[in-house]
Amino acid sequence: MENNELLKKIAFNVIQGRVEAEDEGFDEGLDGKPAVTELVEKAIQQGLDPKTIVLEGLTEAMEVVGKKFEQEEYLIPDMLASAECVGTAMDILSDHLVGAGVESKGKFIIATVAGDLHDIGKNIVAIMLKGAGYKVIDLGSNVPTEQIVEEVKKHQAPYLGLSALLTTTMRVMGEVVEKLNEEGIRSKVKVLIGGAPTSREFAEQIGADAYCRDAFQSIDVLKSIAL
Amino acid sequence: MPDSYREGVLVKPYERLSLEQVKWLDEASLHILADPGIWCYNERAAGLFKKHGAKVSEERERYSICWRVSFPSGLIKEAVAKAPSSFVLGARKPENRLLLDAEVPRVYFGSGSEANIWIDVEMESFASINDPDVQLKIPRFQERRGDSSLLCRAARLCEQLEHLDFFIRPLNIQDPGVTSKNHDANKFFASLNNTTKHVQAGLTETESLKDVVRMAEIITGGSEALKENPIISFITCVFKSPLQMVDETAEKVFAIVEAGLPIVISSSPQGGSSAPIQEAGMVAQINAEILAGITLTQLIKEHSPVLYGSVPVRARLDDLHDLYGCPEFNQYNIDCVQMARFYKIPCYSTAGVGDAKIPGMQAIFEKLFTHLHMAMSGAQYIHYAFGLLDRTNSFCPVQAVLDNEQIGKIKHCLRGARVEPSVVDDMLKTVKKVMSSPHRLYARHSRKAMHTGEVSSPYRFETKEWEDKVLENALEYMKQLEIKPAPHLDQTTVEQIFNEIPGLLPELRTDKGDLENGKQ
Repeated sequence: MENNELLKKIAFNVIQGRVEAEDEGFDEGLDGKPAVTELVEKAIQQGLDPKTIVLEGLTEAMEVVGKKFEQEEYLIPDMLASAECVGTAMDILSDHLVGAGVESKGKFIIATVAGDLHDIGKNIVAIMLKGAGYKVIDLGSNVPTEQIVEEVKKHQAPYLGLSALLTTTMRVMGEVVEKLNEEGIRSKVKVLIGGAPTSREFAEQIGADAYCRDAFQSIDVLKSIAL
Repeated sequence: MPDSYREGVLVKPYERLSLEQVKWLDEASLHILADPGIWCYNERAAGLFKKHGAKVSEERERYSICWRVSFPSGLIKEAVAKAPSSFVLGARKPENRLLLDAEVPRVYFGSGSEANIWIDVEMESFASINDPDVQLKIPRFQERRGDSSLLCRAARLCEQLEHLDFFIRPLNIQDPGVTSKNHDANKFFASLNNTTKHVQAGLTETESLKDVVRMAEIITGGSEALKENPIISFITCVFKSPLQMVDETAEKVFAIVEAGLPIVISSSPQGGSSAPIQEAGMVAQINAEILAGITLTQLIKEHSPVLYGSVPVRARLDDLHDLYGCPEFNQYNIDCVQMARFYKIPCYSTAGVGDAKIPGMQAIFEKLFTHLHMAMSGAQYIHYAFGLLDRTNSFCPVQAVLDNEQIGKIKHCLRGARVEPSVVDDMLKTVKKVMSSPHRLYARHSRKAMHTGEVSSPYRFETKEWEDKVLENALEYMKQLEIKPAPHLDQTTVEQIFNEIPGLLPELRTDKGDLENGKQ
């Protein structure tokens, strides 16, 4: 397959939201045909420049997906499917990108705080940020405060995202911020919070850097507070 | 069975009555038809009943002659058994045809009544007395007298309402040029020239039938084509409850059945005044009236397509007006659907009427209460379902738009369950796949169901702010629907109709020039 054709197919499958061959796409009749995983692996084998794959295969396709979402042709599941495609492609490409001197947009540690098992929103944010080019380190749910702070230190991550669904657990976010202060690393990490009971006022109250209403806003917020 | 027809919704019927109770009511109706029998004011009908074995005696009343008819049960049973259990109601577009089958609970919804009043709604801004900076938009309502141009507009709008399966003129035409002689031709033309769905109406004058039938023949391509594709059908309320067969309407039944077109035998007694208020009494009586009407159709011509038309209502006990949107309305109507199913005759039923005079919370309550229950009953043909307010006195187009959304949701809700081995297998694979993925999120696997319409969309007129904007949103949506072009008949057909059918209002004539000028 010609390189250009391969890039077009990768972009097409990102728009279709097909991670692997067995996935169905937005359109009918695509099941069983090579999807992003297979096509990106093939592109690497054919010696395509990983940076070109990212720019022409992934980034441009995500712009198309974003427009379709704005025009209400696509809904959240479509957007997530496409973001997952990009995330999977980035996993495959990561070593090659490092070799080519291309870096991610930064490490983003994400966790649902201690006492809270509700992680749907956190997962959506993780998928979207990964699709947007961040190196997402997902610690999962019900993560102890000490563990979160430890991971920030270990990875020297510039971004930390915290989520909580319960009014009883949202206060733990404040404890995480306090702990970051105690450890003397608060100024090195931007703390973003989200979750149903939280708000901009609450973020200010606990000393977080930003409140994100949803996954899309988290991408915008990250652009505006980029280090 | 036609190649294409409207899907409607196939439901699993909810039934109130056991088979034993249905049989008791059947026996009670037959008993009523034998004793006291009916008061028939039409000589031809009385003669026909007598010829087929009914006991008929003439009674002179102050201003008229009445024939008391006592039916042997065998006569009713034999005649009713001859009514077809399935037939097709045609439409200008083949995909808009309706497949009615008494043994298949495929539910269709349509408009109805012949309201005199059209209600326009506009949003107007009002400022708070305490804080003039605070403004709210409030709906204002204006009544207009129904006329032919508004009926055209109603038909055009109903064409665009995807959940409206058939069109019964919701508005009476009261133009200065409309008389009893040309009322039927004008209302049918206004309807047929603005919708490609099935058109049904009552007949104002028996004499007009030939004009209306000819109009339909011109549209379909001749008398045989019309029989194949009956784009029109008729409603007859042949009984004035209790138990009185009306002379003039009986004549219409003869004419329509002889013309070979589908007919509704409809009865609308009011529990508490013209029928017992108790469920058993109401259903036994209305069923008797409908059975006698259906018997008449089959004695005129065997196997004539007929709908079991039940519109039982309850009286308000404070003023004896009809009380819609109450539990008894649903009980009576669901029972009637079961009776129709017992006789294997498709059921013309009723839902969506309320006492509310304007769109709003009361209207939504009353309509949802009956729309949902009657769809659950499995009635094949539910009329009155779009736009009616103030019982059946007003038609409000934006209410029809709101009803369309509500009925769409009900149809979706009552779809059959997609639970079968292949689907279950697919779901098991999905569960395993998602649980082995890092985020354990099913969103990506919802896409096909979302895009094929397997899962529903949010309420179309929802408001996300702290302000009720449902009506405002519905008005905006209605504007979008109303700018779509009307599905007018082609110019040659319109010309032929105007050449052959007398009494049509000149302002109803449409041609290509109208479309080009944006005048429809």
